[in-house]
Amino acid sequence: MFTDLLAQHFVHTALLAGAVVAVVSGAIGVFVVARGASFAVHAISELGFTGAAGALVLGIDPVLGMISGSLVVGLVLGLLSLRGRERDSAIGAVLAFGLGVGVLFLSLYQGYATEATNLLFGSIVGVGDGQLRDLAIVAAIVVAGIAVLYRPLLFSSVDPEIAAARGVPLRLLSVAIFLLLALTTAEAIQVVGVLLVLTLVITPAAAAQRLTGRPGVALVLSVAIALTATEGGILLSLAQPWPTSFFISAISFAVYLAARIASRSA
Amino acid sequence: MTRPVVSVDSLALRFGDRTLFEDLSLELAAGEMLAVLGPNGTGKTSLIRILLGLLEPSAGGVTIDGCPPREKCGNVGYVPQQRVFDRDTPLRGRDLVRLGLDGHRWGLGRLSPAGRERIEQALAEVGATAYADRPVGRLSGGEQQRLRVAQALVSDPVLLLADEPLLSLDLAHQRGVVELLDARRRSAGTPVVFVTHDVNPVLHTVDRVLYLAPGHWAIGTPDEVLTSATLSRLYDTEVDVLRVRGRVVVVGTPDDTHVHHVDEAH
Repeated sequence: MFTDLLAQHFVHTALLAGAVVAVVSGAIGVFVVARGASFAVHAISELGFTGAAGALVLGIDPVLGMISGSLVVGLVLGLLSLRGRERDSAIGAVLAFGLGVGVLFLSLYQGYATEATNLLFGSIVGVGDGQLRDLAIVAAIVVAGIAVLYRPLLFSSVDPEIAAARGVPLRLLSVAIFLLLALTTAEAIQVVGVLLVLTLVITPAAAAQRLTGRPGVALVLSVAIALTATEGGILLSLAQPWPTSFFISAISFAVYLAARIASRSA
Repeated sequence: MTRPVVSVDSLALRFGDRTLFEDLSLELAAGEMLAVLGPNGTGKTSLIRILLGLLEPSAGGVTIDGCPPREKCGNVGYVPQQRVFDRDTPLRGRDLVRLGLDGHRWGLGRLSPAGRERIEQALAEVGATAYADRPVGRLSGGEQQRLRVAQALVSDPVLLLADEPLLSLDLAHQRGVVELLDARRRSAGTPVVFVTHDVNPVLHTVDRVLYLAPGHWAIGTPDEVLTSATLSRLYDTEVDVLRVRGRVVVVGTPDDTHVHHVDEAH
């Protein structure tokens, strides 16, 4: 049964899509965690949901609506480049309202409820060839963006005061990282759903940070953990009736716990 | 006499109708150390930000190595106040120093052997080689500030700016940081601008003192500026400057803060 499934085309597509999303999520997560912007990830993904729900009502592609929603929020957060408590409360206020609007859109939408469920909880096994191609293109943009911005992005994330003194354009980088994050979030939503984006963007990076003090190694480790969680989760869900998103978040969290324990004794 | 490294010409800074300072002119020669003193809110940090090109003065101008700060003719090293790094910040001591070398450049950036050599040299110069591979979040305040000096030195700066770099350090580490900056200006002729609320840790090394009081300023040797007559004139009230066992104590400033307080807690 399990081996039969492994030979199926849709399983290969799912595994490839999972890998693509894991790479970008794990990579961007390192910068997001270093900037203390985990809450922003949540906001971007929830408003991606609002965008998708709005698209459903209008009868256009929900993925397009989702990317637009995420990008708008990412752009606003990046431009505001708030720090600390002010950012948290601003994000909380915007997030709650956006989610409320999303609920309204869903109630207006007369189609199948499964589409909404898929947005919230992910539908990796439903990924088609065209969607996989789109995922790969967006991922390539994000990876290229990170590669070009890598050093000033790291500098402004971990040491903003000195970065500014050295002429690093903080606001530009803030906008850039939030736009890349919005694209990443729109990717991750398609695999794990709106509610579980943090499990791919934040948890692996947080675990990696615990295990190494080297920025480059943290990035590689974070990608590796995200890959393990996604591919492991997809495989486990083939053998078990439980949802893929559960397995992905469970593996991701298990690695995080292990990393915390390991770094405590180190 | 050679060309001054820093020229400040008729500088004024106003926020709304509040004037922090005006008609401020001074020149810094190679190897000179200037302490900037004064109570909070008189523009000490703003002066540093103008020198870094992060703040536009209301009038007048600044040249560093012959051109305005924004044009960055020469690198300016900046040592900030010690701040708490998150324990898990994915950054080792040597990574922090490296950011000072090439953190502002685009791309992933492979470290050249020459760059590696520069970082080793800067680490050795401040005596931080032993803990260069430990995460910065787990180092003491004194160790972090030594790395900050290395981070500022690694770009081979034409000018060093330090903004309250001794805050929250114990006396031994305060002395260590001052000695490092002093050594650099003696060996390489790099002038140092040192902002501090307490002149005593640098009293024996500074050549001149710029005292910013609300609306007025004075510049000269410590013996010229740190006198009852000069400070009484600046504050327009009776201020006493006492010398107690080689330390300067100021009593009677209007805001009732003892600007150069004697801290016996250590």
